[in-house]
Amino acid sequence: MTALCGLAVLAAIVPLVSVLWLVVSNGAKGLSLDFFTQLPVPVGESGGGIGNAIVGTLYMVALACVMGLPLGIGAGVFLAERGDTRLGGVIRFTAEVLAGVPSIIVGIVAYGLLVAPFKHYSALAGAAALAFLMLPGLARATEEMVRLVPNGLREGSLALGLPAWKTTLRVIIPTARNGILTAVLLGVARAAGETAPLLFTSLGNPYWNFRPDQPTASLTVQIFTYATGPYEDWHQKAWTAALVLLMLVGATSLTARFLTRNRRARA
Amino acid sequence: MAGHTDKTYEAELKALREKLLAMGGKVEAAIASSVRAVIERNSTMAEGVKAADREINRLEVEIDDACRRLLALRQPAASDLRFIATALKIVTDLERVGDLAVNIADRASDLNQVPPLRPFHDLAKLADLTQAQLKGALDAFVESDVVKAEAVLKGDDLIDALYLKLFNELLALMMEDSKNIRRATSVMFVAKHLERAGDHVTNVAEMVIYMVRGTDIRHPRSRAV
Amino acid sequence: MSDAPKVAAKGLNAFFGKTQALKDVNLDVPARAVLAVIGPSGCGKSTFVRCINRMHELTPGATTSGSILLDGGDIFAPDLDPVELRRRVGMVFQRPNPFPTLTIAENVAAGLALNGVPGPYQERVEKSLRQAALWEEVKDRLSASALSLSGGQQQRLCIARALAVEPEVLLMDEPASALDPIATARIEELIHELKERYTIVIVTHNMQQAARVADRTAFFYMGQLVECGPTEQIFTNPRESRTEDYVTGKFG
Repeated sequence: MTALCGLAVLAAIVPLVSVLWLVVSNGAKGLSLDFFTQLPVPVGESGGGIGNAIVGTLYMVALACVMGLPLGIGAGVFLAERGDTRLGGVIRFTAEVLAGVPSIIVGIVAYGLLVAPFKHYSALAGAAALAFLMLPGLARATEEMVRLVPNGLREGSLALGLPAWKTTLRVIIPTARNGILTAVLLGVARAAGETAPLLFTSLGNPYWNFRPDQPTASLTVQIFTYATGPYEDWHQKAWTAALVLLMLVGATSLTARFLTRNRRARA
Repeated sequence: MAGHTDKTYEAELKALREKLLAMGGKVEAAIASSVRAVIERNSTMAEGVKAADREINRLEVEIDDACRRLLALRQPAASDLRFIATALKIVTDLERVGDLAVNIADRASDLNQVPPLRPFHDLAKLADLTQAQLKGALDAFVESDVVKAEAVLKGDDLIDALYLKLFNELLALMMEDSKNIRRATSVMFVAKHLERAGDHVTNVAEMVIYMVRGTDIRHPRSRAV
Repeated sequence: MSDAPKVAAKGLNAFFGKTQALKDVNLDVPARAVLAVIGPSGCGKSTFVRCINRMHELTPGATTSGSILLDGGDIFAPDLDPVELRRRVGMVFQRPNPFPTLTIAENVAAGLALNGVPGPYQERVEKSLRQAALWEEVKDRLSASALSLSGGQQQRLCIARALAVEPEVLLMDEPASALDPIATARIEELIHELKERYTIVIVTHNMQQAARVADRTAFFYMGQLVECGPTEQIFTNPRESRTEDYVTGKFG
């Protein structure tokens, strides 16, 4: 029995380890300061980096957070506090459906809403698509975290003469803060790793870009472009970019774990 | 309404009740036998009373123990509390009546060694009254009957009156002839013991009223106003 | 000492949807004294107490009819804000519920700080902790997390928190039932001290606790007030046979 369990664990770990191994061994050689800070060079030349793609991903994820966090956390809190009403049921159902929508469809929708009418690709459209993808997971996770807050705290706060909204804002949410933060960071990690929706929305950009109404480079699209391109040089860069993306996602997860470590003394 | 949810507790209360009734029965028998020992001049019966008193004393100790145990372990409330409080008190009165029966039996032994004074009509009557009172009080306890208890309280006046009559008669006898003094005093002691027994019986009746009604009616004239 | 009751329920009915939890309750709570509310499970004692600070109606579908007078004024009057009411009528719950993200001092001051009462709060925090008989134990670690206290201390912390708002009435819903006997005894001792200044209503399923702590006791059964009287009378010679049966353990 133990042997079977051990085999199962191995079967689960092997793909993870092999992915890590492949990415690290192939990508490590391309790592350099230039890689992080330089713009891509024209075809044929060597050197250059994907600085703009890294910044672009960070930029769009930040924008996505601005758009998606209030909505997602707000929806989550609403579902936890008033989820038993009809409206709550509708919201929950919508979130479940949205969670299952393929990311490419989300991209096409964002294209139809934010790219076609304005006749150009933009970072904002990309961020909107990412926000869309973050929303359902964030709402559901926030709802779970807020529900975990014991009802006794709510009652204790109300009994002190605090109105319901203040109870939610100043007592419930701070208590659920760690859990909500984890949900946010996991949402961010997911958004940073999306490719398909960005293909129709932010497209790509060989230069630095900080304007929301212009197309923007992103790590994932850049990896796609480099990996499917004909140049060996590009393939190498793709591996390295993949390593950078992995590092980014890894750092986010570690931060989530660090921030939610158990600071409380024994009860 | 069903008995106590805790059936062991219910059984303990029942056992206490039965012990009290057993003791009451023995005390009734003791008084009856001791009085008969005097009137029928039966010394064997007198000895029997003294021997039987050991049983009564043993029961007193057992009942006190049972009451203390119930108080410690069961935190009795309301009627259960009043029952146990009553039990603690009447067991003392009953044991005293038992002792008084022994005292009467001692007088019987003395009197039987000398010729009788004269027929003991009034003494017999006093004895009958006292025994009736005792039975009345015990019945009141068994049946939780306040009416019977109140009748016992009233009946004590009769005992006191009869005792006084007997006292005066014996006094007259003693003043007639000093050779009567020894025997008359013994008879007077018997009457006194019976009258004291009557007082203890009224205590029992008062406690029964407390047990049923929850109001303590003792010493009305001594209460703070 | 005025004779008017601090809180008076008149014809109070309470419902959870269609189920009636309280039927026509008329009960006076004397000022600066302890009233214990006892009865078997589901008799409505917690519901009654939660009506007094209008927390009953926070349950979805829960309604009341009838009135409850606090110092003569009906707490269900349409122009009366329940949130305001809860500053006059505080509540302590069965399980201690300190705010986990706040320190001990912040917990005690929570009712003040979160309600916008201007600080500083040190004096009031100390006063409340002293009233709750907790000051000596925590005065050196006021900025420790509230969760570092034992269960009994956390409950006294919640009492201090409730007292800091300076209510007139303190409702306690089985405050010691989650605590060990020593902690329970300390809470009961505390109640003896508190009743000099506050009107206290305590719900308890432990009859001996009611006997130890309360001046008056009310017995509820199936949503109705069966009997209310001096505690000694309820436990030595109750008037109603249902009360008698309950306190002697014939049911419940």
